[in-house]
Amino acid sequence: MRITQGTFSYLPDFTDEEIAAQAQYALDNQWAVSIEFTDDPHPRNNLWDMWGLPMFDLADAAGVVREVNECRKAYPSRYIRVNAYDATKGRQTTALSFIVNRPPEEPGFRLDRAENSDRRITYTTHPYALDRPSGDRYPS
Amino acid sequence: MSESNGAARQGFGLPRPGGPSSRAAVKDKPGTGAGEPPADRLADDDTIDLSAERISAAVDVVLDSLDAELVGLAPVKTRVREIADLLLVDRVRERFGLAAERPNLHMCFTGNPGTGKTTVALRMAGLLHRLGYIRRDRVVSVTRDDLVGQYVGHTAPKTKEVLKRAMGGVLFIDEAYYLYRAENERDYGGESIEILLQYMENNRDDLVVILAGYADRMDDFFASNPGMSSRIAHHLDFPDYALEELEAIGTLMLEQQRYRMSPGAVSVFRDYLELRMTQPRFANARSVRNALERARLRHASRLARGAGRVGKDDLMRLEPADFESSRVFG
Repeated sequence: MRITQGTFSYLPDFTDEEIAAQAQYALDNQWAVSIEFTDDPHPRNNLWDMWGLPMFDLADAAGVVREVNECRKAYPSRYIRVNAYDATKGRQTTALSFIVNRPPEEPGFRLDRAENSDRRITYTTHPYALDRPSGDRYPS
Repeated sequence: MSESNGAARQGFGLPRPGGPSSRAAVKDKPGTGAGEPPADRLADDDTIDLSAERISAAVDVVLDSLDAELVGLAPVKTRVREIADLLLVDRVRERFGLAAERPNLHMCFTGNPGTGKTTVALRMAGLLHRLGYIRRDRVVSVTRDDLVGQYVGHTAPKTKEVLKRAMGGVLFIDEAYYLYRAENERDYGGESIEILLQYMENNRDDLVVILAGYADRMDDFFASNPGMSSRIAHHLDFPDYALEELEAIGTLMLEQQRYRMSPGAVSVFRDYLELRMTQPRFANARSVRNALERARLRHASRLARGAGRVGKDDLMRLEPADFESSRVFG
């Protein structure tokens, strides 16, 4: 199951040129771009691991693409996303965020049903990937 | 109450996916396909008027401004002209479908103190940008401090950070020989140089590196880092200025600061330069600037001490007396 989240979730995966164009758009708006990765695909998992520090003071997207490729090299079978952080208006907001790398196989989610008191049913989604320990979740 | 409401709404005005800003970004996307062949591809037996191309590329505007604003430096200007010519020919070649790699533009400026190395390097970014070689008119100017870390494992991230910032523009490393300290084998400078070399080789399209330093010490630096020397295509030596050039520089500097010399002062200034050039620690244009600074001081105290009213002309004009009291004449 192809996981989608972030700004361009409805589009097919970006090529490097398209990533560069988006990163350039972010840099032109004075947004700090950062790269994050994770192997926990749950949609409520907001806290991904940072790949290096956010890239302040960049002028050109070539540096971003280079870091994306470095991160892909280190973690070829994890989710990697590019975030652009907008601090220009005094609030601190992710203005742009999109996935740039995904595992070759995404097993998807199962629906867990739990029966509680009074036959009430609660539901939860459980990523199959989470059945394995972190770092070993996706075959590379 | 209404005020706080408004503030809250502003604070949570999150950009939505598919909102106006992201839609605009998507629309921009196809415009970036730099790798597409140009639409006006020429046939193999076509010819093209180079001088017309030259005018349309606006190369001469760039070169003329360089000529006008920098005195002397003939070898530097020649090299810049050559680079500009290469750009022109490359553009025409591209229209015939003869693709070529981007030339290696890493440079090394050597020369005595005050010969304009830093000035030219800072200007080079603007120049290369207008010639179309680099994407951004941006110089990141660094010294050893910005590249080399203080403990193990600190250097690589620090250097990479700087290199990332400089991408798309020019990275200018002043006093580059400080990067490598031969006498200290535990110095981290070597690590920084290694990363630098790697980027210079692999990211040639994104980065132009300019090193600057005094000639003899740069020679030592290259002797201990042969890989660095061979990756730099343009070794430019900045010659010392002749007397006339120093005079022209002085006049230019004064013009920029809205001063001028009286006819008497011009000849005194020339005598001053002639004497100063023979003295030790002469630093070319920098010495000229210092001499003019001191002349301004004397000019100011002469006006302040002298009684009477002063006009605009008095405030702009340097007199022979402002130079004559220099200790060079002593």
